[in-house]
Amino acid sequence: MTQDGVNQGRRRFLYIAAGAMGAAGAVGVATPFVKSWYPSEKAKAVGAPVSVDIGTLEAGEIRTVEWRGKPIFVVRRTETMIENLQQDAFMSRLSDPQSEVASQQPEYAQNILRSLSDDLLVLEGVCTHLGCSPQFRPEVEPQPFDENWMGGFFCPCHGSRFDLAGRVFRGVPAPTNLVVPPHRIDGTVLTVGEEAA
Amino acid sequence: MMKKILLSLFVGLLPMMALSAGGEDLFLDHIKTDVTNKPSLQRGAQLYMNYCMGCHSLEHARYNRMATDLDIPEDILMENLVFTDASFGSLMENSMSEDDGKAWFGSAPPDLTLVARVRGPDWLYTYLRGFYKDESRPMGVNNVRFNNVGMPHVLMELQGLCAEAPHPVSDKRFDPLTGQTITEGGCEHYEVEGSMNQSEYDEAVYDLVNFLEYTGEPFKKDRERIGWMVFAFLAVFLVIAQLLYRELWKDIH
Amino acid sequence: MSTSKPAVMQWIDRRLPVTSAYEKHMSKYYAPKNLNWWYVFGLLAMLMLVNQILTGIWLTMIYVPSTAEAFHAVEAGMRDLAGGSGWIIRYMHSTGASFFFIVVYLHMFRGIMYGSYQKPRELIWVFGMFVYLAMMAEGFMGYVLPWGQMSYWGAQVIISLFGAIPVIGDGLTEWIRGDFLISGITLNRFFALHVIAVPLVLVLLVVLHVLALHEVGSNNPDGIDIKKHMDDKGRPLDGIPFHPYFTIGKLPMIIIFLFVFCGVLFFFPEGGGYFLEHANFEAANPLKTPEHIAPTWYYGAFYSILRAVPDKLLGVVAMGAAIALLFILPWLDRSPVRSWRYKGWYSKIAVILFALSFIALSALGGMEADVKNTWLARFFAVIYFAFFLLMPFYTRWESTKPVPERVPE
Repeated sequence: MTQDGVNQGRRRFLYIAAGAMGAAGAVGVATPFVKSWYPSEKAKAVGAPVSVDIGTLEAGEIRTVEWRGKPIFVVRRTETMIENLQQDAFMSRLSDPQSEVASQQPEYAQNILRSLSDDLLVLEGVCTHLGCSPQFRPEVEPQPFDENWMGGFFCPCHGSRFDLAGRVFRGVPAPTNLVVPPHRIDGTVLTVGEEAA
Repeated sequence: MMKKILLSLFVGLLPMMALSAGGEDLFLDHIKTDVTNKPSLQRGAQLYMNYCMGCHSLEHARYNRMATDLDIPEDILMENLVFTDASFGSLMENSMSEDDGKAWFGSAPPDLTLVARVRGPDWLYTYLRGFYKDESRPMGVNNVRFNNVGMPHVLMELQGLCAEAPHPVSDKRFDPLTGQTITEGGCEHYEVEGSMNQSEYDEAVYDLVNFLEYTGEPFKKDRERIGWMVFAFLAVFLVIAQLLYRELWKDIH
Repeated sequence: MSTSKPAVMQWIDRRLPVTSAYEKHMSKYYAPKNLNWWYVFGLLAMLMLVNQILTGIWLTMIYVPSTAEAFHAVEAGMRDLAGGSGWIIRYMHSTGASFFFIVVYLHMFRGIMYGSYQKPRELIWVFGMFVYLAMMAEGFMGYVLPWGQMSYWGAQVIISLFGAIPVIGDGLTEWIRGDFLISGITLNRFFALHVIAVPLVLVLLVVLHVLALHEVGSNNPDGIDIKKHMDDKGRPLDGIPFHPYFTIGKLPMIIIFLFVFCGVLFFFPEGGGYFLEHANFEAANPLKTPEHIAPTWYYGAFYSILRAVPDKLLGVVAMGAAIALLFILPWLDRSPVRSWRYKGWYSKIAVILFALSFIALSALGGMEADVKNTWLARFFAVIYFAFFLLMPFYTRWESTKPVPERVPE
């Protein structure tokens, strides 16, 4: 056994070539294992868009719909609520009043009321802090957590507060506004999970 | 030398292994399925949804997958082929409960997603063309391939009903002297006329079986395509590995 | 040499014997230079073990151990997983199971040809046989999990075998099933055993098998003891380092194997009805026995022996004996030489007849037990047993050729 007269350059080249093929093969084998962790067709079917008739939803009322295992808040806002949301003094207490953080809502909800039509608010009821579900507190009256409460959502886990457009207040743990899910309204039918045209 | 003796013995025994697989299925008409033939699969799907789906679910498969694979647009599928309140992404189930099935047919109609992998396409092709009139049976029909079958002849409006047991086409016989055909195979006398003639019906059944072959393994095309890519990769790797092997073993010789 | 090691490696080596283990088992493990292609099957068995464990872990992520959902979970999982990964992983596992047995059978046959079980390698052989036994248990329980017709009825037949044991038989079968019939309870315990208990034992046994091998060193096709002739540094003159000559050097053989493996995986995943049986594409139905029940091909030989004996208890005893005899093979062989290359004609013919009878019995195990097949099975079973039972005699009486001192060039 001897390594005299071995062409080391050729040997090194072949080692590298074989190593590269081995690595490529390993990536190839790993691919299905990695891919199998993405949502399956079953998960997608369960997470398919959900349609509800909201014709009977009265002003000031909330209805909770389930979509992809998350509570979706559907609120019909009153005229007073809509007016209150647009006051400058009120908006100065919010962290992102103009919904500038684009990831929190589709483009068609990137407005002051964060909605397709003025009255109808559609929100994912998942606090942007650590994922608890906030409570709906529509009444305009002093609360233990806020003396000038104008109605909105309050998260019982860590005290984050949001207004009736899902916008987060300053000085609470939640960093961003509540998420507006993709949704569409056809007459009185609301479909959550499908983009508005 | 010993190696060669051994190898030849191994090879000699292979046919013996192969024999053990088949056996009884002598009277089958043979077809060659083709899951790349989309028009055929579409016609098969249409037949299945109209004539079979009421009793036989395809509960391991999903509508949306079938629509994609068979190039059927979502709206056409949902309007013309889905007769339950299923959504596009759901499993292809039907509304018959197992208990109802048992009460109506003696045993619940089985799910057919994988029937082509259980029975094989030839069996299905022969079976679906093998119904004939038999008043002694509860459904008034019997089958050449499946004696005392509990299923009615649901395709009767297409095929009609044969008055006596049809011959398999593979049973086609010639007169040894003249070379003329004695029997064509298939049905000779119909009790009830159907809307199709024999060759049209054979094609319709072919499409239906082709569709079942597809539902048995919808990823067959992907599987073979990936297989060829893997082979190409291994071929290149083999050349490099062989060169490296020779290079390394220069140390020893 | 050790001074040139990177500081990190030195730090680790003082705490964990990484370098010395690498040298002992890889770079300074000397294997005979005349090892031929039969010696790739051990490596391939290791590859298949890794394949089974990895794909198995992933399959548990889609599987549901319940009689109502198991069949659907497997079949729908194959279709529903993202990027077509479901069927690839499932077929890797099902094809891998059969190929694991194929390479292990060839690995065992190599050991029989070259006398690799002889002194001082008896323990390697015995550990290997325990690996094989664990594989049979693993394969059986794994086949039950998809809950198809063959899963159910195969389990029914195999568990009934225990009922043949006098006195405790009936109680034992109930204890194994945990029920009066094969049910979700049985399925649940088989799932637990298949995915964790038996694999742990299997891996431990493989480690023992390899450790025992590396203690005494590999045998070779000539059965020469290479440790008799060492150089001045204590290295066998006819030995070469395992790594890289038999690791990277075996790459071409491994790739050729992968060609065959992937050929089945991507083009014939049912293996002609042997790797995935047709009847198993139908969900289990306790009220309807399939027309033809056969065990998976890798148990065929033992199943044939079972059926060849016209008595339930004696059949089970014969089947057990057919496996037990393999364990004591090292003590049945009285030949002064290891490899059949230097044994007499009796041994050569005996090994060939044994191999043929094993293949024939395996094939017969998948066929119907009609009169002709039963007599064929009896004929081959006699050869199978004769190979072992007569071994102490023919290996001693025949004249052997002298084994060379050094590996011939």
